[in-house]
Amino acid sequence: MTSAALQSDQTQLEDIEIALLLEGLYRVYGFDFRDYSPASIKRRILERMRAEKIATVSAYQDCVLHDDACMERLLVGLSVHVTSMFRDPSFYLTFRQKVVPILRTYPTVRIWHAGCSTGEEVYSMAILLQEEGLYRKCVIYATDISREVLRKAREGIFPLAAMQEYTGNYMKAGGKHEFSDYYTAHYDNVIFHPALKTNVVFSEHNLVTDGSFNEFHVILCRNVMIYFNKALQERVHNLIYDSLSMFGVFGLGNKESLKFTPRADFYDKLDSRDKLYRKVR
Amino acid sequence: MAFEIVVVGTSYGGLAALQVVLPALAPDFGLPIVVVQHRGKDTDNLCEFLQRHCALPLAEPNDKEAIAPGRVYLAPRDYHLLVERDGFALSTEAPVGYARPSVNVLFESAADVYQGHVVGVILTGANADGARGLAKIKAYGGLCVVEDPAGAESRGMPQAAIAATKVDAILPLREIAPFLNQLCQHEPGSSYAS
Ligand SMILES: C[S@@+](CC[C@H](N)C(=O)[O-])C[C@H]1O[C@@H](n2cnc3c(N)ncnc32)[C@H](O)[C@@H]1O
Repeated sequence: MTSAALQSDQTQLEDIEIALLLEGLYRVYGFDFRDYSPASIKRRILERMRAEKIATVSAYQDCVLHDDACMERLLVGLSVHVTSMFRDPSFYLTFRQKVVPILRTYPTVRIWHAGCSTGEEVYSMAILLQEEGLYRKCVIYATDISREVLRKAREGIFPLAAMQEYTGNYMKAGGKHEFSDYYTAHYDNVIFHPALKTNVVFSEHNLVTDGSFNEFHVILCRNVMIYFNKALQERVHNLIYDSLSMFGVFGLGNKESLKFTPRADFYDKLDSRDKLYRKVR
Repeated sequence: MAFEIVVVGTSYGGLAALQVVLPALAPDFGLPIVVVQHRGKDTDNLCEFLQRHCALPLAEPNDKEAIAPGRVYLAPRDYHLLVERDGFALSTEAPVGYARPSVNVLFESAADVYQGHVVGVILTGANADGARGLAKIKAYGGLCVVEDPAGAESRGMPQAAIAATKVDAILPLREIAPFLNQLCQHEPGSSYAS
């Protein structure tokens, strides 16, 4: 056999082992990563294995299934929590221009951030709503699969070093005040004003295994489904559709699209460039 | 070996290099071409800019978009671009070797899925991104092409690639597109890689 053929045999074997590991993780611990996007989940498993100095996925499975600490480290390694405040500023600018006028017409507004990570997106939205005079009538549900990121989100403490970038984003997003009005610096960190989270409910929710828990006027699920395979994306699109009120607004990440999903025809685009949609049927 | 995809990685100097390679691609180029160009924060218009130099349709793919032949795909700013069996996948995981998008991430995922049917191309760049990915492409029996460091705007990436694996062709920049055009015209079944 040529070395290239050996390589591809080995890849096939590795893919089988990875499927078994994910099956085990689900059956033993209940964490369901079986329908996550294969290329990046494989990358992250192999990365974890290098860090644990384990050579084969099967040997790693042995460790994960018998050692809780090893499993916890895998869970952390499997998740991508990267986020920032006013990420893609034009998204928030469009939200101000096209969604805020819609929300003004509602007596109360329920908003769901699905996959909110450490909360930067939630605080950004709270600031925007406050500036538009809408915050008081809003309830924001901020959920994630990870307890650890939710703890951080609840704290609202972020590194001071990030504020320069966030200030720029905030201004591009149509910010109306000084960004520094919203936080207090403390050594290397800043703490966002607690008033921003009075109407925020942080809680655990798994988009794969948990169902719909309310009806919302706005749902943001940005850069979460990129980690899912197509079949799982379809399921989550259905869950979101079912959780959105008629004429509710749905926001995706910059490089995500409703096109080719089973729910595509049920929404109108609110904007051609930013990924904001409105449920119309 | 019939090829199914071309992956290209470049960094410093890459914009000028792509302006040489892209316009010289045959208008009936039969494979998808996926490009990682390291890019800074304020490069949202890179796509429009490069399209002006390219007869083939060029776009930043959306997540899970199908990979079509005769198209050029550019990795979006601030995301890793990976290929999977049924299309592209994006990720915001941490930069790899300070880079997001990372050339290694794209190349390794391409080798995983397309195995020996990948053509990997490394152009100018001042770091070593892509070397590991190119070695993986080679290990699976793919074809490795590197811009000649002697003429490259920045030698780092080509040199690192050449040091990391036995590359199949080291070419001056202007010969890279003609080389790719030829590969593409070749009937499936004929072999370049040994
Ligand atoms: C890259 S972050 C996106 C954060 C934010 N929405 C943004 O766009 O900046 C992805 C988040 O999705 C969460 N996540 C992954 N799988 C999930 C699931 N099955 N249910 C809920 N959240 C999930 C992760 O824990 C992570 O915090």
